[in-house]
Amino acid sequence: MNLELKDIPGQLVLALQPISEIKGNILSVVHHHDERTPRGTIPVHVLFELNKEKLDELIEQLEKNGVLVARVGEKRLHEEMSVMLIGHIVHTDIRDTIDAVDSTGCAEIVDLALSMPGIEQVSSAFMIIHASTKENLMSALDILHKTADEKGLLMIEPIKNAI
Amino acid sequence: MKDIKISIIGFGDVGQGVVQVLSQKQQTLEKLGVNIKVVAIVDSRSSLVNADGIDLEKAVQVKRDTGIVGKAGSTTAEIIKNTDHDLVVEVTPTDINTGEPGLTNILTAIENGKHVVTSNKGPFARNYAKLMKAAKDHGVILRYEATVGGAMPIINLIQENLAGNTIERIDGILNGTCNYILTRMGEETLDYQHALLEAQELGIAEADPTYDVMGIDAACKLVILANTAYNNNAIFDDVSITGITKITPQALELADKNGYAVRLICEVSEQVLSVAPKLVPKKHPLAVGGTLNIATIHTDLSKMVTISGIGAGSIETASVILSDIIHISTGYLTHTL
Ligand SMILES: NC(=O)c1ccc[n+]([C@@H]2O[C@H](COP(=O)([O-])OP(=O)(O)OC[C@H]3O[C@@H](n4cnc5c(N)ncnc54)[C@H](OP(=O)(O)O)[C@@H]3O)[C@@H](O)[C@H]2O)c1
Repeated sequence: MNLELKDIPGQLVLALQPISEIKGNILSVVHHHDERTPRGTIPVHVLFELNKEKLDELIEQLEKNGVLVARVGEKRLHEEMSVMLIGHIVHTDIRDTIDAVDSTGCAEIVDLALSMPGIEQVSSAFMIIHASTKENLMSALDILHKTADEKGLLMIEPIKNAI
Repeated sequence: MKDIKISIIGFGDVGQGVVQVLSQKQQTLEKLGVNIKVVAIVDSRSSLVNADGIDLEKAVQVKRDTGIVGKAGSTTAEIIKNTDHDLVVEVTPTDINTGEPGLTNILTAIENGKHVVTSNKGPFARNYAKLMKAAKDHGVILRYEATVGGAMPIINLIQENLAGNTIERIDGILNGTCNYILTRMGEETLDYQHALLEAQELGIAEADPTYDVMGIDAACKLVILANTAYNNNAIFDDVSITGITKITPQALELADKNGYAVRLICEVSEQVLSVAPKLVPKKHPLAVGGTLNIATIHTDLSKMVTISGIGAGSIETASVILSDIIHISTGYLTHTL
């Protein structure tokens, strides 16, 4: 997110506090002290993780604090994991499963490959999940686990630290 | 030179392997200053005792020719109690549910002041802490390197070489049979049943493969690792277990296309005890093929240490038993001389 701060002391705190208050995780702050925008404000680039739904709330708060939000970068999802399901997977089921993960808003299935050798045969699905944080990824996995258990599917996760 | 008198309880593949490596390594043992003398051998139906040392070659021959090693009439407990010796090699079959006959054999040995070396996992599945306490109370040593990972010395690595480290996690492949089946299913697009049959024909899988393919054997080894690393009294029932029987060649193909192999992975940490098929990136050290066993130990100081080796086999397993015997014998020498 690119922000513009007034050229008076104490402005950076006004810009960063709202982010941590709504549990955003600040990854980096680049403060261009010696640059000025044509409006005379100081440009600041902040990189952080946040639940997507909270974004509007954040922008509102920043603006209340007198911080100008110049640009909101496209959402970047940081956590990625591959997962496989094996069993009697049917198209409709897999749609439900994907929807269940996607509807959380903080994780999504970005890639799905299916192998369905025949109607009566066991099929498999390989999917890649993206999430903004580790916690979100874990809750997406929980949803998948539940679905897999309910439908008697075998779920195969990657080994730790190799995602 | 000091005589170390040993008994061998169980005279199958591993028991006979021990006898073979003892004969083969006579000179090596002499150089180490130990003379290992086998004074008793027991199988399921008979026993052979000779206080002056058994003729090992002959014992193997008799066992092969007649199916029994000696005379019927004495119980294993009697042999352990009444034969003058220092160390019991316990190599009877594994029973994960009861731990028997190994559990009673090991406890009898310990209570009679004998050191014990074993390759039998069964007794440890639910009684690791009890066995270790008994050994400590009776001032004897119980070593079990051969119970996990065949020829791969992982117990020693944890207990001695990595001493002082905090072990954060161990990931490993501890069942060669499953690894062989998964490797073959992936390489040749064989379905599970075919790969299992092939493994059985090659003697890699047993006639009843349940222990292996359901992840039970791996889980038992994992319990032994957990106790070794964390002293946490973990038992078999604490492990979450998923076997490999539901895996299909199509699934393996799909994983492969995406850069992964599927392997039956044991994960051990203070929080997690699990055996389950996992996706392993093809370039990851754990993505080994065939019957190999491998484990990566994650520690705070040494970081990652990976060890691999042949997971089973008569001589390979016997080699590790020999190393445990030497360890006890040489320590015993410095201690008593
Ligand atoms: N083979 C391997 O590669 C390997 C690797 C690691 C660990 N292990 C473990 O090592 C142990 C031995 O394996 P193995 O392959 O040698 O098994 P095995 O070939 O089946 O031999 C077992 C031996 O134990 C004897 N036995 C059975 N019940 C007995 C009893 N109640 N009292 C005394 N002896 C008894 C059998 O007698 P009979 O000869 O009369 O039947 C046989 O001689 C097992 O616990 C196994 O899990 C084996």
